[in-house]
Amino acid sequence: MTAVRHALGDRPGALGLWRPVPRHRGAPGVVLGAALGWLTLTACGPALPPADLTIINGAEPESLDPALALSIEDLRVTQPLFEGLTRNDPVTAGPIPGLAERWDISADGRTYRFYLRSNAVWSTGEPLTAADVAWSWRRVLDPRTGAGYASQLFCVENAEAYHTGRLADPEQLGFRATAPLVFEVRLRRPTPYFLDLCAFPTLAVVPRRVIEQYGDQWIRARPLPVSGPYQLEFWRLNDRVRLRKNPRYWDAARTALAVVDLLTIANPTTAFNLYETGRADVIWDRNLVPAELLDLLRRRPDCHRFDFLATYFVRFNTTRPPLDDPRVRRALSLAIDRRRIVERITRGGEQPAAGLVPPGTAHHQPVEAVGYDPEGARRLLAEAGYPGGRGLRPLRYLYWTAGAGTGQEHARIAVELRAMWEQVLGARVELDNREKRVFITAQRQLDYDLSQSSWVGDYNDPNTFLDLFLSGNGNNRTGWADPEYDALLERANAEPDRARRAALLAAAERRLVGEAAVVAPVYFSSGFHFFRPAQVAGIYPNLLDVHPLNALRRPGTR
Amino acid sequence: MNYVLRRVGFMVPLLGVISLAAFTLIRLAPGGPFDRERQVPPEVERQLRARYHLDESLGRQYLRYLGGLVRGDLGPSLRYRNHTVNDLIAAGLPVSLTIGALAFCFALGAGVPLGFYAAIRKGHWPDQVGNLAALLALCVPTFVAGPLLVMWLGVKWRWFPVALWGTPAHVVLPVLTLGLYFAGRVARLMREGMLNTLGAPFLTAARARGLSESAVFWRHGFRLGVLPVVSYSGPLLADLLTGSFVVENLFQIPGLGVFMVNGSLNRDYTVVVGLVLLYAGLLLVLNLIVDLLYAALDPRVRYE
Repeated sequence: MTAVRHALGDRPGALGLWRPVPRHRGAPGVVLGAALGWLTLTACGPALPPADLTIINGAEPESLDPALALSIEDLRVTQPLFEGLTRNDPVTAGPIPGLAERWDISADGRTYRFYLRSNAVWSTGEPLTAADVAWSWRRVLDPRTGAGYASQLFCVENAEAYHTGRLADPEQLGFRATAPLVFEVRLRRPTPYFLDLCAFPTLAVVPRRVIEQYGDQWIRARPLPVSGPYQLEFWRLNDRVRLRKNPRYWDAARTALAVVDLLTIANPTTAFNLYETGRADVIWDRNLVPAELLDLLRRRPDCHRFDFLATYFVRFNTTRPPLDDPRVRRALSLAIDRRRIVERITRGGEQPAAGLVPPGTAHHQPVEAVGYDPEGARRLLAEAGYPGGRGLRPLRYLYWTAGAGTGQEHARIAVELRAMWEQVLGARVELDNREKRVFITAQRQLDYDLSQSSWVGDYNDPNTFLDLFLSGNGNNRTGWADPEYDALLERANAEPDRARRAALLAAAERRLVGEAAVVAPVYFSSGFHFFRPAQVAGIYPNLLDVHPLNALRRPGTR
Repeated sequence: MNYVLRRVGFMVPLLGVISLAAFTLIRLAPGGPFDRERQVPPEVERQLRARYHLDESLGRQYLRYLGGLVRGDLGPSLRYRNHTVNDLIAAGLPVSLTIGALAFCFALGAGVPLGFYAAIRKGHWPDQVGNLAALLALCVPTFVAGPLLVMWLGVKWRWFPVALWGTPAHVVLPVLTLGLYFAGRVARLMREGMLNTLGAPFLTAARARGLSESAVFWRHGFRLGVLPVVSYSGPLLADLLTGSFVVENLFQIPGLGVFMVNGSLNRDYTVVVGLVLLYAGLLLVLNLIVDLLYAALDPRVRYE
């Protein structure tokens, strides 16, 4: 047999097989080729006309319904579609008149009367009235809607009671349309950031007629009535959302770009390749550039760093020993060399954190509640009965890592923290890396000792950080319940005088971070945008990281 | 014909078992679809669970799911709340089918001739070069080959777009990346298959009957030598058609693979079960087709 095989291989005549074979084999090939060609063309669709601006937005939006929007990616797409009573100033992100052209605030700061613009209409031409606002807000509070951010309205009278089902009558909610274009709101307590909240997408005005007709799928109705500067041209899953200028928007004359694409891209390398090859104009999230390249990219003129309302911190599980002792928690917090972490690991110009609330937050009085103090840390641990870490059981540090981007940073920070705690305190720390959902579940069920944490502020006020640690808050996740802290925050938020309120909030923050040491703040985050200033303008650094699309333009076009 | 009917009849209970297994397994994973870093209020979570019937017993939920399945309704996505699973499949399947079918053609189109030629020139340089190429294709994983292709063909030379989906030019890099490994496997299978066949006595007999070399190779040798490739092509096609997470993620292609992976990470129960069923169904059908093709190619195989 082998002889045959060798004989075959050596035959020069073998080349002959490349002559056409006398059989009609061609026909199925042609059919197959045609089918593939057709499949390629239909699946790709007709080539899209290019957008005026292409922005890399990040992960696939879960929902474009402003009441359901949760993640930053969702919010950034819904914001241009649906406007609220106020909107964000493109430069400062502070509230400026939106659908309401002006408002009166009562002397006690608890009653707001909004006057809607007479030229505000839906993109389909129907008039936009105060009744639409009332219906939209009631929908957010209706528990059946499942609005994740319903709590943004809890400062309104009876809103929380209605949302939790303790109040059945929506007529008793603290807002109503008193005239076709007049909308009145009664607040539970003076809320200095209420106008900021009115610009948040959850409180935007949505089209009642379409929602009642189509239910869950209403966002895909055509035509879709929108109240904001852009309309939804199409939403192609895992590809892009294309927005087109809404010519009926009250301020349409100042919308510069006609067509804007927001790309769904989860992989930082892909995002960066698109940007580098000129197929995208803007990357507006730090997680969308490869973390390894950040050091290099920071020196380029198209990299824009800014501070925003975000804090990286460690949660302590206060329910089990030895972490039920505030001295142990404080010792662990004092042992963290924050400067080393921002200089060695994150390297993005982050600020070491001495409190939970980022500097620059409105109505905030900065506190110095904690810092690097190895001597003090050792002393406290000894006082608690563990001199030099003797007798301390191994502690478990819970964290998660994502596949790419800054996700890997969590792991490096975990390793660094463990080393600090071991070197300074002699504490043994085990690293516990989990998949994200498992991590969240473990954190909720207090199945950890120490846990990686971060928080991004929803509005520009210390309360967005401090109310996390109220006794009943679902985001507390430390097991800490302190009536005194709750009372401090309650008093602060009832205080009409803003300076006194800031002082009370600072006292609460000192208690949380300093004495009780429920959390150990690590650093205040930096954000990064990438765009070439010669090609894109209108993106300004601000604390909320909010960038209204209708302010974006190509330099040279006005 | 009878055989085909029996096989199809067997698929229905099999899919039932698969759906039950997928349904149970995904729920064993810790965490639920509504757990997130930013906790939704308990009232909202309760309402959401009630709306999607997650508050019922598992048995009832499964029966409800089967009820929907019979009507062709795979249920709503728990994460993408403006979309049903049917919507996701309708959006992703055509794209995954295109990429998969093209990668399949590339794998066969490159692998079969390479393997065939290497076999008949065994021991000579075309064989060695072919072997090396196939080995390289096999050893370099997609997540290395893809970025390398992107770097040279996309970023450096700007021949093809680096990502997204839209024009035929967008198809090239993902198809190459996806098909390369399989082309290597097909080449090796083809070579082995041919080598085994070339030594078979019936070829000697054919030659003894005075048939030309090309007839010996093509009409007799090839038909048998290609059988390992044929049996491999069923699972291969199913694999390619249902999308590849790595390639879709790398090139941001709106196919199904991304939904499958993200669905499991997000505990999007309905999406996971729906896609597992789709994948299983495709696999079963393609295997049936392969078995039928076997009978057509190999005169020794008959199905009763």
